[in-house]
Formats: sequence, C-alpha cells, structure tokens
Amino acid sequence: MNWNTALPLLIVASSLLPGLMIFCLPENRVVTRTTLNLAGALLKIVLVGGMFWGILHGYHFETRLVLLPGLDLVLRSGPLSMLFVTLSAGLWLITTVYAVGYLEGSPYRSRFFGFFSLCVTATTGVALAGNLITFLLFYELLTLCTYPLIVHRGTEEARKAGKSYLAYTIAGGALLLLSTVWLYTLAGTLEFTERGFLSGLDASLHPTLMIIFAMLIAGLGVKAALIPLHGWLPQAMVAPAPVSALLHAVAVVKAGAFGIVRVVYYVYGIEFSNSLGLTLPLAMLAAATIIYGSLRALFQDELKRRLAFSTVSQVSYIVLGIALASPIATLGGLIHLVHQGVQKITLFLCAGNLAETLGIHKISEMNGVGRRMPWTMAAFTIGAFGMIGAPPLAGFFSKWYLGLGALDAGQGWVIYILAASSVLNAAYFLPILYTAWFKTPPDSWPAERSFGRKETAWTLLVPPLVTALLTLALGLLASAPFNLLEWARLIVSRGFAQ
Amino acid sequence: MELILGDVPWIVVLIILPLTGGMACFLFPAISKSLGLLTSLAVVACVWGLGWQLEEEGAQRYAIGGWGAPLGIDLYADGLSLLMLVVAALVGLGISVYSCGYFSPDKANHFWPLWLFLCGALNALFLSSDIFNLYVTLELLGLTAVALVALADGAEALTSAMRYLLISLLGSLFYLLGVAFLYHSFGSLDIAILAQRAEPSPAVWAAVGLISTGLLLKTALFPMHFWLPAAHACAPTPVSALLSALVVKASFYILLRMWLEIFPMVGTSFAQLLGLLGAAAVLWGGIQALRQTRLKLLIAYSTVSQLGYLFLAFPLGTSLAWKGALYMLLSHAMAKAAMFMAAGNILVLGGHDRIAELSSITQRLPLTLTAFTLAGISIMGLPPSGGFIAKWLLLQASIESGQWWWGIILILGGLLAAAYVFKVIGHVFTQDEPTRQAGTLPTTMEWSALVLALVAVLLGLFTSWPLAIMEIGSPFGTGHSG
Repeated sequence: MNWNTALPLLIVASSLLPGLMIFCLPENRVVTRTTLNLAGALLKIVLVGGMFWGILHGYHFETRLVLLPGLDLVLRSGPLSMLFVTLSAGLWLITTVYAVGYLEGSPYRSRFFGFFSLCVTATTGVALAGNLITFLLFYELLTLCTYPLIVHRGTEEARKAGKSYLAYTIAGGALLLLSTVWLYTLAGTLEFTERGFLSGLDASLHPTLMIIFAMLIAGLGVKAALIPLHGWLPQAMVAPAPVSALLHAVAVVKAGAFGIVRVVYYVYGIEFSNSLGLTLPLAMLAAATIIYGSLRALFQDELKRRLAFSTVSQVSYIVLGIALASPIATLGGLIHLVHQGVQKITLFLCAGNLAETLGIHKISEMNGVGRRMPWTMAAFTIGAFGMIGAPPLAGFFSKWYLGLGALDAGQGWVIYILAASSVLNAAYFLPILYTAWFKTPPDSWPAERSFGRKETAWTLLVPPLVTALLTLALGLLASAPFNLLEWARLIVSRGFAQ
Repeated sequence: MELILGDVPWIVVLIILPLTGGMACFLFPAISKSLGLLTSLAVVACVWGLGWQLEEEGAQRYAIGGWGAPLGIDLYADGLSLLMLVVAALVGLGISVYSCGYFSPDKANHFWPLWLFLCGALNALFLSSDIFNLYVTLELLGLTAVALVALADGAEALTSAMRYLLISLLGSLFYLLGVAFLYHSFGSLDIAILAQRAEPSPAVWAAVGLISTGLLLKTALFPMHFWLPAAHACAPTPVSALLSALVVKASFYILLRMWLEIFPMVGTSFAQLLGLLGAAAVLWGGIQALRQTRLKLLIAYSTVSQLGYLFLAFPLGTSLAWKGALYMLLSHAMAKAAMFMAAGNILVLGGHDRIAELSSITQRLPLTLTAFTLAGISIMGLPPSGGFIAKWLLLQASIESGQWWWGIILILGGLLAAAYVFKVIGHVFTQDEPTRQAGTLPTTMEWSALVLALVAVLLGLFTSWPLAIMEIGSPFGTGHSG
C-alpha cells in the first residue's frame, strides 16, 4: 500500500472516520465534536490538494478492491473526479463551519454531524468512483445518509418530506441498479472510460442500449431533479439550512448531475450517445426543466422554496450543457457544476441567516432587511446576480459558454431557452433584492435574536461571505493560471475525438 | 497443527458436541448458561476446523462406524454444507450470547438444553447424506423448535406452538412418504447412490411431489406460510431469531440438495412453479409486512418475503443464481437474527412492540436502533450489504438467462422492503421526549444484535470468502460459472 493506491481511500476515510467517532460522542462534548468535524474537513482538503500536486507531477492514484469476481471497487483520480471532489471538499468545510454555528444548542447534534460527515463521505466516493458499481454503491449510501438530515427536526412536515425523498430516491436507485446489472451482462465491464466503453457492442444491441440509457437517466434524474422527478426537492427545504446547502449545492443534486455526466461521457461516450439519438431528447428534457423550475420559482413566497425551484432550474443547465454534444457547451455545463454549487450555497446560507437571526422565512417579510443585515444581504445579492448571469460573476460564464456551445452544436433554439431563463431568473430574484434593500423595514422582526453589535454570529456570517467572494473570484479570475476553465477544457478535450 | 486439524473427524464432532452439551445443560442446570456459551464457541471452532479440512482436502465423506453406504450411513460435507454450518454456528453464537441476558433462570433451564439439541439437529441435518437420516434430523429439529416456541407465556403462544407442531409433523410426514417411494423404487437411501440410479418414473414423480410439498410447508413458501408469522412473532425473542434465521432454511437446504443431486431430471415447469410461488411470496410477504402494526409481526412477514427470493433461483438454475440465493440465505440469516434481537430489546425495555408508539423507546436504545437499521439495509438490499450482493448476483443471473421478469420481482421486493423498514425507522426521528421509564438492558443483548447486523453489512464488502466456500466440492456442478 503506497500513496498511489492509498490516497483515494484516505480521502474517503477522512470524513468517514470522524463521522463514526462523532456518533459515539455524548451530546455535550461540543468541543471534541467540533474539533473532529473541522479536522476531518481540513484533512480532506489537504489530501485533495496533495492529490492535485501528484496529478500535476504525473502521478496516477487508484484504489482497487475486489468486490465480486471480475468486478472491483475502484476509486480513481480522473480530471472529472478532481473537479467534483474539490468542489465538495471545499464547500463541505464552509458548510461545517456554518452548521456548527447554526445548530448551537439544539438537540441530537451528534447524530446530525455523524450523518453530515457520512454524507460527504458518500459524495467523495461518488466523485472518485472509477466504475459504475462503485458509483452506485456511494450513490445509494448518499440516499441513506441524507434521510436522517432531512427529517432531523422531527416535525410532521419534516417526516413527510423525508418520506417523499425516500420514495423518489429509492425508486430511482432501484432503476439504476437494474440498468447497471443489465449493462454489465451486455458489456462485461463497468469501468468508466474516456469516450465510453459501449460503442464497440454489436449493432443489434443498440435498441437495448437506448432503453438502458433512458433507465439510467431516469434513475439519476431523480437526484438531479429533472422534471417530472423533481417533486422531493422543494419539499426537502424544511430541513435545517446547512442540510439544504448540502442537498442543493454540495452533495445530492450534484451527485445526480455528476452521474449523468458520467453516463453520457464515460459509459456511453458522447459521440456514441449522439449517434444513438439520445442526446437531443435529454437536452429537450433539460430545457423543459429549466423553464418549468423558473416559472414555479416565480410564484413562491417562501424564500427557501423559491430557491429550491431555482435549483431545479439551474441544475438542468449542467445537463443541458452535457446533452448538447458540443465541446464548448460541455465546458459550460461542467463549469456550471461548480458555479451553481458556489452560488446556490451562498443563497441558502443567507436564507438560513435570515431565519436564524430574524425569524424571516418569507419574501414578504424581508422588507428592508438589507439595513438590518447588510453583509448577509450583500452576499445574497452577489449570489443572486450570479444566478441571473450578470457579468463578471461566475454564472455569466456558464451561460456564455452554454450559448456558444448551442450555436456550435447547431441548436439555435437553446439560445431562446437561455434568454427566457435569464429573464425569469431576474424576475424572481430582483424583487427579492428590491424588497430587501429599498423597502422600509418594519418596527420589529418576527423572531429576532440579538448578537450585540454584529448582525449575526460570525460562524453564520463568514461562510456565505466566503462563497460570495468565490462567486466573484470565479468570474473575475476566469483566465488566471490554474483556473477552473482550463481544467474543464482538459476534461472536455479527452471526452471528444480530436 | 496440521496433523491435529487434519485427523480429527470434525464432521462427527460437530454433531456430538452440541448434543452432549445439551445433555450436560440438562443435568447441571446451575451452570447451563456457561455450558451453553462454551458449546456455541466450541461449535464455531469445530466449523472452522472442518472448513480448514475441506479447503485442504476437498469435500469429505465419513462412514459412521466404518460401515459406508449402501450398508451403513454416510456423512458428507462440501461447500454447501459448510456454508450452512458457518451460518448456523455464527448466528448460533450470537443467539447464545443474547440469551444469556434474556431468559429468567427458570426459563433458562428449559431453553439451553433445547437450544443445544436444536443446534445438534441442525448440524446433523447439514451433514447427512442419507435421505432417511435427513428425516430424523428434520423431526428432531421440528420438535425442539416447537418446544422452544412454547417457552413463551400466554395462550396465544401455546396456540401458535400447537399449530406449528401440527404443521411440522405434517411436513415431515409428507417428506417421509416421499422417502418411502424413493426407497421402494431404487433400494437405497443414500443421496449419491440415488443420484446415479434415479430416472423418471411415476413413483419418482410422486416422491418429488410429496417431498417438495413437505419441505415447502416447513420452509413456509407462499401460500403455505400461514403458520409462520404467528409462530415466529409469539416465540421468545432468541427463538424468533433462531426460527427465522436458521430453522426455515434447514428445509430449504434439503430441498436444494435433492434438487441438485436427485431431481435434475425434473422438468422446467416445476422450477417455474417454484419461482412463481417465490415471486408471490416476495410480494405478498412484503405487502403484509407493510400492513402490520406490531414490530415482531412485521419482521416475521419480512421473513416470508425474503424466503421467496431463495426460490427465484430455481427457474434460473445457473451456478450464479444458486450462489445468489445462498448469499441471500447467508445475509438474511445474519440480518434477520439481528432484527429480531433489536425488536426483542425494544419489547423488553418498552413493554410493547406497537410500531406507532415506538418513538419514545427508540431514543433510549441507540445501539439497538443502529443494529436494526444496519440489518434493514441488508434486508432492503441496498449497498453495501450482503443483501445487495445477493440481489446483484440474482439480477445478473436473471438477465443473463433472459428471464428478466424475476429481476423485476427482485426490484419490487426491495422497494417493499424499503417501505416497511423505513416505516419503523421513521419513528426515530420525532420530537417525542425519550421515555423516563426505568430499566436497562444487559449490554450483551444490544451488542449481539449490533455485531450480527454489522456482519450482514460487511458481507457486502468482503465477498471472496463466502463465495470461495460455496465452490468447495462444486456442489452446483461445473456448468455455467459466474
């Protein structure tokens, strides 16, 4: 066991072990628990950094354990894996800091942070998975560990949301399992391969492969919240704010979108999926989801619910970019995987701050809240403008490359979708900003907690500010050395024939 | 070391040891607890010895008293027997540890001798290579099991024990009649000899029908499952675990043995029928489990459902399918024993097992609840768990053989299982205050459940060892391999 084979496993273990230890801690050991949490999160970032260093120096990292004869559990450091694992490791640290502050003094924190760590373990596993069965294993693990977080508050509403989440995701997982086994019996391998491993199969199998593709997308589409499989996501917003951040930005919907990238690029191969005629329907489904999610978001008064429908819409940008089968559009989709995460986490953390500090849950209660909590609302504003796609913020680049890619792929209609969606994004975000900054604040807030001269606790304030700055940086420094764009370009160049 | 391990006739020791232990418990009730535990540990060690022997020398045949078949009686051990022995020994050890804390001294005096006799009967059953001998062990198994069910207090327990006794006797009777037909036709009772001589004839068809009916009745395959939920739910907890994890599988083992050795000439239509009944069991058991309001009954119906999976391998018939079914048997045994123990803990501490009122008790028992959840993961067949591996193998076998509809049943069964498992787990996450009711549980009762559940989950990651055991002596022939 040397570094090359141990590192991927260590990255997974760096949140698994703290998680298991936290489960065993008594409720009142706050300091130990926080130390374990932060140590795990930091260690993971260090290890991921080490892996980056290794990759840049030409090393290759792979952990391989035998699961069944001919079928291995593989964790590997591909370029796409690195993109997702960096995103989740970074955002996890931020969310952990936030969660420590957010849940201060509430019951069952050992249980919460235990599952929280397991969630990130599963996400890391999803990111590093080197074949479809390893992916499936961690994907299902993710379902299991997020359920306790969604129902954490134990209210009737939370339990209902949890039930709906399980009903959707377990059914999706079952579809995924069935299609994975089916693929395995046809292809004899499940290893993720650049440009796919199915194009060599006999032409008589093509109709079967098309059915399997539909099943895989349906299975993954549940987590990626593609319509009509998105029903669980708006319900799940009853969960505590850090969990929403985890669901919407770091782990769950991302795992679904990431899985679709894996299937299209590393199982079928983009050219092969395109030649089977599978990508256009997928692109149309994504486009429909984008418009539908935005339209529904318009009519929500509850802030987190509006954000949830916005996620339904925004995650489909990733799917759209992938399905357009053009290198530039793919680039747009991949960078949006990161951009959407950073922007949406900012928005959810700010929403959590409003709820925790002032008891505000609805947009109609936000009159003039910018004056009471200027830093929080500033972060929120950056996130919202990023989502709308205003230059020079991160979201602008996503839309820019998606649009270019659509023209490149000869799918001009996508431009209209993007334009319509941007208008809708503006239509549901700008009124929030107007309410918060320009309306007169009420005499008293619904349930205000005082933090002295600060607007709220620093653990709650710093995380959204950091992610808001990231949103700015990702846009402004889009062409700095070692940037996201270059990395995504590397992934794309390997996915297409030269 | 090698000399000692290689020379000891572990096959015989495995049968004599628990029977002697049972006798000793009966004679010295004061120390029955330690004797029982010691015997269970020794059985595990002996199974390990036998496993070592099999791995070195391949399948073993032992002629009792030096008189081999066709004159005398043979004992036979291959990978299939070894796997069953391993399951019985490990679950048995867990149950012994659990029982130390569970029974009052008065009940314990009855429990230990009976349990060790049952353990001896199980071991003998897995090692017999003679269909009459199998009958004897089956009868001993049935009688001890009925006596164990009757250990519970109350009229309901007695009624279900009585019903169990009648069903058990009826099943054995069918089996014995079938054996008589075979003996009459071919003049032998030894499985290996019958395998060579057997050929299709009306008498054989009658024998197949009778033996299968008897064994299916005892295995509680749908629609002959009606006796199981009451018997398994009313019994004392360690006995429920024992019945669901081990006893029903003994008759399945005999059926599998005969199917592989004596009945290969039976047409596919019978295999399809078994598959169909299995599928019905999976769905019916799952739906019934979902409808239950009491935890132990829910778990018992889950057994009905999970037993159905085992029969899906018959229409598939490939080596891969048998391995999947056996993997299911293995992980179900661990998970179901753990689940019953967890339910028992809740019942002991909370005084009831009404699912709707579980929330206040479960908060007090985090370890028990973890055990229940981990076991539930395996029962649902979600990764990583033994149940997932089993499902994967069966799914692969069903798609490879082109009979994909059995795969759909597997998936539907998994969804139903998820529904009934989460119906219970959902009660953990409420705002109810933990009960202030006094009382604690012996740690052994919580930990034995947890360890068995952990084994069920770890079976999903460490698969090479159980799969290697199944290969010894190639009990599934050398045909299609996984």
